[in-house]
This record gives sequence, C-alpha cells and structure tokens, in this order.
Amino acid sequence: MSTQLLNVYAAKLLPEQELFASGHRACQGCAPALVLRYAMKALGPDTIVCNATGCMEIISSSYPETAWGVPWMHVAFENAAAVASGVEASLKVLMRKGRIPQRRITVLAQGGDGATLDIGLQALSGALERGHNFIYMCYDNEAYMNTGIQRSGATPFGASTTTSPAGRKDFGKHQSRKDLTAIAVAHHVPYVAQAAISHWQDLSDKALKASQQQGPAFLNVLSGCPLGWGHETKDTIEMVRLAVETRYWPLYEVLDGHFRLNYDVRTPVPLEDWLSRQTRFRHLFQTENKEHLRELQALVDLEWEILAERVKAGAQFFKARPELVGGMA
Amino acid sequence: MGTRKGMEVSIGVAESAAMCDVDVIAAYPITPQTHIVEHLSEIVADGHLDAEFVPVESEHSAMSCCCGSSQAGARTFTATSSQGLELMHEILYVASGMRLPIVMAVANRALSAPINIWNDHGDIMACRDTGWIMVFAENGQEAFDLVPFAFRVAEDAKVQLPIMVNFDGFILSHVIEPIVVWDRSEVQKFLPPFKPAQRLDVDNPWTFGPVGIPDIYSETRMAHNEALKGSRAVIEQAWDELHAVVGRRYRAVEEYETADAEVVFFTMGGVTETCMTAVKALRAKGKKVGIVHLRLFRPFPEEDLRKALLGRKAVVCVDRALSTGFGGPIASEVKSALYGHAGAPPVVEFIAGLGGRDVKIQDFIDMYEEGAKVAAGGPVPPYKLVGVRE
Repeated sequence: MSTQLLNVYAAKLLPEQELFASGHRACQGCAPALVLRYAMKALGPDTIVCNATGCMEIISSSYPETAWGVPWMHVAFENAAAVASGVEASLKVLMRKGRIPQRRITVLAQGGDGATLDIGLQALSGALERGHNFIYMCYDNEAYMNTGIQRSGATPFGASTTTSPAGRKDFGKHQSRKDLTAIAVAHHVPYVAQAAISHWQDLSDKALKASQQQGPAFLNVLSGCPLGWGHETKDTIEMVRLAVETRYWPLYEVLDGHFRLNYDVRTPVPLEDWLSRQTRFRHLFQTENKEHLRELQALVDLEWEILAERVKAGAQFFKARPELVGGMA
Repeated sequence: MGTRKGMEVSIGVAESAAMCDVDVIAAYPITPQTHIVEHLSEIVADGHLDAEFVPVESEHSAMSCCCGSSQAGARTFTATSSQGLELMHEILYVASGMRLPIVMAVANRALSAPINIWNDHGDIMACRDTGWIMVFAENGQEAFDLVPFAFRVAEDAKVQLPIMVNFDGFILSHVIEPIVVWDRSEVQKFLPPFKPAQRLDVDNPWTFGPVGIPDIYSETRMAHNEALKGSRAVIEQAWDELHAVVGRRYRAVEEYETADAEVVFFTMGGVTETCMTAVKALRAKGKKVGIVHLRLFRPFPEEDLRKALLGRKAVVCVDRALSTGFGGPIASEVKSALYGHAGAPPVVEFIAGLGGRDVKIQDFIDMYEEGAKVAAGGPVPPYKLVGVRE
C-alpha cells in the first residue's frame, strides 16, 4: 500500500526520472512547479497531462522548448477537465476497439485556483459528475498570479490583491475563500484529497492513490507564490508549512465517503504568526483592522472543528460508485 | 448503389456520422440540432456503433472535449447551432490552430437577442475567421454526403483541419427527405481509417498546444492559412472520388441556368432550391437569369467565383445574415473577389430570411426585378432587408 510510504523517509523511493524537467521559466521559489515535479514522480511516465492556461502552462511550454517528458496538451483556461474528458473517452474507445494497446494510463488535468474554482468550475463539475477515469489537480496559490495577483475565489478573507487592494478605507478581500475541496466531495467521487507542497511525501502519496482509483479523483494542493503572498523566495515551503501548522490548510482525504485527517495539528501555531510573514496580510495588523484578524482566526477554528467532527464520526458520508463511473458508452 | 430511404435530415446526418464509424461524440443539446445527437446516442445505446458518447455540460466543453479526444487519436464528431456555436467560439480557434480533424454539423440558426430558434446564417457568419473548412448543404442528401466527405478531407495528412458541415435549421434539419444511404463497401472505398500524424502517446510524448511567442506566432498563422488554402486540392480530389463512388457530383461553386444569364442570383444554403423555382418561373417568361451558389465557404473559392460572375450584367446577392452596421457578409466577400477585375458586375445586396422569416418565390422574383433595373444601367441601391416592415 502506498500509505506505508509515510512511515519512512521516502526521498530515495521516488523515481529519479524527471517528467517535469528543470530549465523551465518558473520564478524562484515557485511552489506549483514543485507540486508538478513531485506529482509527476508519483504518477510516472504512463500519464497524459491536460494543462489549463496559467503559470504552469506558460513556464513549461514556450515553443520550441518543453519541460514535459510525458504527452501534454493545453487548450484553454477554463476547460482542462473537459479536455481530459475527451482524452479519457478517446483512450477508452481506442483500447476497446484494439487500435491502441490495452494499458493503464493516467489522465491528469491540472490548473491553478482561478482555472479550477472560478472560470473552470463548470467544466470540472461536469467531468466529475460524468465519472471519467481521471485526476484533476488544482495548484492553489490563492489568486490569479499569472496575470498579476488578482483576487480569485480561493483568495482568503482579508488578503490584499491587485483587485481587492487594502486601502485607507478597505481591508482587502471581504469574502472568505470558496471551499473547493468540499465542492469536489459533493460530487461523491471515489477520492478527494487536500495536500500541500510543504508535505511532499503526503502529496506524492495522494497523487499515487488518486491514480489507483476507478473513476474521478480530485487533489487540491496549497502552493505558495512569493510574489503574490509577499515573502522571500527562500521561504515558500515554510510559508505553506505554516498554513498547515496553523490549521488554515488541513491535510485530509475523503476515500469513498470516509473522511480521514492525514496530519493532526494538535497544537496549532497562532494564525497571526503566519499572516505576519506575508505582505498580503500586512494591513490586518493595523489597529483599525485587528478585528478582521480575529474574524479570520475564528473562521479557521470553525472550519477545523467541522472537519475534525467528520473525521471523528468515522461515518461514511456517501458511497462512491466506482462500478458506475467511467462506464458511459 | 446505396439504399434510398425517407428520413428526417437530422437523422440522416446522425446516420451518416455513424456510418463513418466515429469513435467519440461529445455534444450538448440545442435546438434545432438536438435530433442529431439524440439519434447518435440511440445508435450507440443500441450497440450499432462502438463509440463513446460524452454528454458534456455545455457546448464550450463539447468542443474542448472534442479537442482532447481528437488529439488522443479518436475520430471525433459533434453538432451544434446558434448560441451553442457562439459558446464554443473560443475553442473553435484552438481546434483549428491545433490542426485537429474534428467534424461538426451545424444546423444554422439565428442569434439572440431577441432569442429566436429559427434559421438564418447569423451563427456561422460570426465564425468566418475561425480557421475551419466550411461547407454548406442545400438538401438532405448533400448534408448526408458531406459528412464522410468532411472526415476524409479533415483527416488528410496534407490538411489536418476541422470542418463544419452547415445545413439550415428546421427548413432542412427537420424536413423528411429521400436520402440515399451509402453501402458499407462505398464507405470503405471512400473513407480510409483515421491514422493521426501525431497523438497523445505515452511511448512517444509530444507537447501539444504550447506558448507561441512573437517570434513564432506569425509563422503558425501563416502555416494555418496555407493549409486552409491548400486544402482546396484535397477537397476537389475528395469530390471527384465521391462522384466516382456514389455518383453525385459536388463543386465549390455551383451554377444553375447560367449559360446565357445576364442577371445571376448568388446564394448559399437551402434557399437556393426556392430560388431555382423562381428562376424557372422567370425563365418561362424569357428572362435571362440564373443562379451561382456557393457550397464551399472556406477556403473561399475566389477564382471559381470570378469565373462564374465576371461579365454578367448584375449579381443579386442574397445574404442570410446581417453584419449589423454594415450589410451582407457574403455580398462583401463577393464584391471583394470581383473588385478591380475587368467585367466585374454591380452587386445588388439583399438580406433575406432572418430568424426564420420565409423567403418566398415571389421574394426572389421581386429581387430579380431590382437586379434587372441595375443590369439595364440603373443605379445600385443600398442593401435591403427583404420583406421587413418599417
């Protein structure tokens, strides 16, 4: 079982082969590039990638160069899940008709938070509902970083972005983030997991587990962005780790309706210790905004509590139907 | 020899796609195209066609899914209309830019607002520049024949471009017509199996759809344009072979009663057959009138068009769409093809049959009268909407 990997130091257990090669154009300290690197090591060469428009597409595919050691396709911003649906349907029928060899191939659709939970939510929902045998992975860096740090549905309450700027009379984003993982769970697919680049063994493990499902799997991976979050490039991993340690970003998975916490944060770091290290939250520490800091901490506490209850309940919240999914035609 | 059957034209288009042994169909319901995909899903459900039918959640996803499926190596078909075609619009450019041989039937319908489910060419005229090959059927048999034709041309190694097969919504899509269904042997003779030049293959990984920086973008556009223009030779060859196999002859520009015609109508799509009836009536009165009608819209057959139109006394161009604030889109392309050539006739522009308004035989006769005045040396009037109440 892949979960056993968690018990050992696994760096040497991951393949050396780089399917997402270095030499691409990502910024220093880019977390999504690391997410792809480790996810691809876990998924292996029998993978086809459908990339949404965004940072990872731009930095990896500038013709005539490519960072990709696997078949890769980019169509547009909002449709990676729909493109992956077509790839999966095609592989299935061509194998059935004997036009290509029978073989297990992982179809991975991936995109940033904007591409996934804003503009691409419909395509994602459709593909999950139809039950294609594929993985969707969102690298969530909490804003539209590629176009210059505009707010997205994933941007947290209080964060300052170029379209939710903190000003003399405003404190940044007024709304809390969209719970994308819960939205994926609501599709009752076989596997949904939340991961973070700081815990890359857990991430690789979840990618592998996702690829072993029959039917759709969904991964939501917190991925920092020094430019958008406002910290030094060397601190990316630490910033993401703090997001986990503050309980802001719980590492959990939902396998066939069962919630499981992969990392129990028993003594959480105060949220302020994380927020104060990023310029996007700097304004929250001004006297007039202190109340918003408390609101944000309360939100995080409540969300953790709800999740912990579900995990504790040990109940099956839904039944995925792998015998039905991936079985159109 | 084929088998002659009476069937609704939409059903015919679906049967034709099934006859081509398509692998993946991704489609979303929209009037008046729905019967095509309904029937295709029936054919799949009954086990007559081994294909994946992907019931996507929007037309945008339909075309996106088609891109993925085609790039992975499947013969891919979809159908749409009007608002659905517009929702796909963004991805139409990607499908052609990535050189994916998708075939799409378009039951032409007016665009909102006001919402209108009936026929005109507003939808397809908004897609003129998407880089697809576009053909127009005038009757059920043509709609049926143009599907295997489209797969053959689209998948040709020298072309590798998507094709739209257009036919008029309702006035063709929902009409029952006699259609000669091809024999299996005829299909096999005409349409080779799909062998993609490159596909998403884990043993031979390629990167598809990369970033094109300014240093390369113009070259890709030029290559696309050359491929679209160059497809003409493959199109002609396919029509020659279609003629050899099933005995029906198609041309990019068709002519009717033009040998001595001084005034010619210029039409595209289903109205051509009504126009023919009008021309018969006018001919019976001794009028020297004929029709030049367009089957191939992209690549635009300029040369053929000049051959058919230069030297006439007047061209009466009947557009089925209005380029708002300008005039008739086809008329503008016709005028552009004729401009600067000796013997270029004046073009009298009409916009007819918007949003399902009937275009009657008498309307064509009235249009002819206007054209005849210009042919006799009268001034060229500004474009008119036929039968509009002011």
